[in-house]
Amino acid sequence: MWPNKFDYQRAESVDQALELIGDEGKFLAGGHSLLPVMKLRLSAPEQLVDIGRIDSLRGISANGGLTIGATATHAEIAASGDVQSMCGALADACGGVGDQAVRNFGTIGGNIAHADPASDPPTVLVACGASINIQGADGSRSVDAEAFFVDLFETDLDDGELITSVSLPNCSDCQCAYVKFPHPASRYAIVGVAVCLKMDGGTCAQADVAVGGATVKAVKCAGAEAALAGSTLDDAALNAAAEAVKADIADWLAGDVAYPESYRQQMAGVYLKRAVKAAAG
Amino acid sequence: MQISVTVNGVVQERDVDPRTLLVHFLREELDLTGTKIGCDTSQCGACTVHLDGKALKSCTLLAAQADGANVATIEGLAVDGEHHPMQTAFWENHGLQCGYCTPGMIMATTAFVKDNPGASEEAIRHNLEGNICRCTGYHNIVKAVKQVADAAAGGD
Repeated sequence: MWPNKFDYQRAESVDQALELIGDEGKFLAGGHSLLPVMKLRLSAPEQLVDIGRIDSLRGISANGGLTIGATATHAEIAASGDVQSMCGALADACGGVGDQAVRNFGTIGGNIAHADPASDPPTVLVACGASINIQGADGSRSVDAEAFFVDLFETDLDDGELITSVSLPNCSDCQCAYVKFPHPASRYAIVGVAVCLKMDGGTCAQADVAVGGATVKAVKCAGAEAALAGSTLDDAALNAAAEAVKADIADWLAGDVAYPESYRQQMAGVYLKRAVKAAAG
Repeated sequence: MQISVTVNGVVQERDVDPRTLLVHFLREELDLTGTKIGCDTSQCGACTVHLDGKALKSCTLLAAQADGANVATIEGLAVDGEHHPMQTAFWENHGLQCGYCTPGMIMATTAFVKDNPGASEEAIRHNLEGNICRCTGYHNIVKAVKQVADAAAGGD
């Protein structure tokens, strides 16, 4: 399949990329989200500005928290010792995207700009309190992941704005996990649940929970968090959280013929329990 | 646009439409038809090649993105008429039925074994998640890859 015709330009720097991008243009990094939708003619940008060779967008650095460059690949993130120690759930989620060849070239920036609701990394970014760092012609800004994901394939990015990096707080004193119910063929998440627990002895001092896959975007789940916080993560708390999470996602449900909304909503409760158990270890 | 890609050690300079996918470039510009197009949606792995040593689904990259890079295809694996050990192992273990997925299988697994000598059968099966054999000949494919992985780790 051939995408529609477009102009292709390669940028050597972020400033040059922002100068080159036009009203009908899109940035191209790994291309592993953008090119498939262009081949299916779901998207037909008139211009691609290739940011794949801009050094400042690469790499992963640990500086108290984590800063992950927009063009860091899923394979790099999954294999990073810093990510594994500071946010193991993100390493796991990125290690479960697509397959090895896709992870070798697909990037975190492209993944979140695409905002596929069944993709794994957004759910972890929302649960773990990530910030998305964005640069545009008028300067730079930072948006909480929860606010960045607006709706189905819709983000807070304005035309001409570029994701430069993703920041995460140091989660090494938390216990986090991402557990998903993968589609049997595509391995996309039918339901994906990320939890980040702060434990005080045997008591859960704070819980952060997000659900994706079952929803049109990654959704932060305050009800489930409240049910877990202050508990010893006993069965009663897990059951209460599983009920609460169904209400948390009720306004955002997604579904299809094989896995309808009501089924995914139910499974979100099941996978929330599994995620909490995985995190609590 | 003008691009220059080193394919199987030979510099190839061509003027291409920017929307040319790498797999089109290989098959239609360079006549390297060993690389197959299967699903054309980055799922089946029939189009797998190496870009700078890493396994890549060549239906999901613009030829323009490979400008200046090193690409290896199935045609470049044999050296002086001698099969790569993975090709030999697929032959010895009958790791194919119709053969359509085979070039992609071999390119994906050569990259995997290079990075994971001595890989377990479980790891090999997991890594093959991005390569689909519709004849479902996975058992012999896994046997072939295990033979090469064991040899790479210093086994027999």
